[in-house]
Amino acid sequence: MSPDVEALVERLLAGNRRALARILTQIENDAPAGRRALSLLYPRSGRAHTVGLTGSAGSGKSTLVAALARVLRARGRTLGIVAIDPTSPFSQGALLGDRIRMQELTADREVFLRSMATRGNLGGLAPATAGIVTALDAFGKDVVIVETVGAGQDEVEVAAMADTTVVVLTPGSGDDVQAMKAGIMEIADVLVVNKSDLPNADLLARQLRSIVEAARSGRPTPIVRTASALGEGIEALADALEEHRAYIEQPDVRAAHRRAQARHQVLALARQRLIDRVVTVHSGDGRLDDLVAQVADRRLDPQAAADALITE
Amino acid sequence: MTDQTIRVLIAKPGLDGHDRGAKVVARALRDAGMEVIYTGIRQTPEMIAEAALQEDVDVIGLSILSGAHMELFPRVINALKEREIGPDDVLLFAGGIIPDDDIPRLKQMGFQAVFGPGTSTEDVIKFVREWAGARAIGTA
Repeated sequence: MSPDVEALVERLLAGNRRALARILTQIENDAPAGRRALSLLYPRSGRAHTVGLTGSAGSGKSTLVAALARVLRARGRTLGIVAIDPTSPFSQGALLGDRIRMQELTADREVFLRSMATRGNLGGLAPATAGIVTALDAFGKDVVIVETVGAGQDEVEVAAMADTTVVVLTPGSGDDVQAMKAGIMEIADVLVVNKSDLPNADLLARQLRSIVEAARSGRPTPIVRTASALGEGIEALADALEEHRAYIEQPDVRAAHRRAQARHQVLALARQRLIDRVVTVHSGDGRLDDLVAQVADRRLDPQAAADALITE
Repeated sequence: MTDQTIRVLIAKPGLDGHDRGAKVVARALRDAGMEVIYTGIRQTPEMIAEAALQEDVDVIGLSILSGAHMELFPRVINALKEREIGPDDVLLFAGGIIPDDDIPRLKQMGFQAVFGPGTSTEDVIKFVREWAGARAIGTA
């Protein structure tokens, strides 16, 4: 069942899309073959411009990604797109529907679109998203766009992974207040007012501008108005992305940026593996159930139980 | 921890826009713990094969009500073959309005099952799970 990883990686690097797709599956499943593939691909990655796109559900992210993809393709860029949708906490299943809005991209061989389910992860990404991006990058895509689950808050993870983070807001949906909450404003490298043909778009743009100006430290965050279903403002968005890319590629910015990304990725994986190990070991020996029962009966507090789990 | 999940593509080739059946099946398979990629209506055989390739699905379900299945399904099979995806790589099934007389030929083409109107979603789930179980795909 396990494919010959080295051969598959060779085929991926030679541009075979079926090999790429199969490796993405192995990475997503966190299978040994996927880990091996990643260790071979990682040194070949780091050339793509990775763009994270986040925003609340219904803000038009998928339509925006499709419109942006068209513009970037017209500029000659090859594209990887990772579209993430939530896994149901009840069935562990998922309905991945982002391709519906990106139908016409399917005819273009230079666009590779992969749908992912969150598989229990919080923070808008799936556990294996960073690895999927690495593989698309090593495959040779110029730009890799990651569209997060539509949560709109607490999505710092995407910013830690992407070179450029785009936060999509819409008029009249309480987003001006949301925008002021810590988090989203700090992670945005580019702010988008989407559905800007709706009433109150001017108001939202003005409010965002005053927040950006008040925050003034370092590079002022550009605000781009788009109406992606109408195809408006997309060229300006593509310009803003490329300007941000040029900014982080400056020698003094680049090193710090790369290091922060690497640090986050290493720690995220270490955290995941530690928790996996604890769960595996103590599910096996019954210790986890035992501690959980004690906490449920108020005989032990959760802090002490957690300490016991990781020290035993 | 290796985490294998059955990935399914539900697609509607051709020009009919009646996707209730496709959506019912997609939802049922999701509720059975699978990851279901739904591509929407009016898909060309090329688009379906391309989605199957990029998403590396284990299962492809085609829904059709227009009567053009004997025209479109072989083109889907060919488009898959062009992408190195053969009947050994994926489970193919069909649903919709398909006359009994056509079923033997569809099976010859590589369709493992044809589900007509009135099929219980339980039957579809069971069918997919049995196939996946035989290949040790998925935990569902």
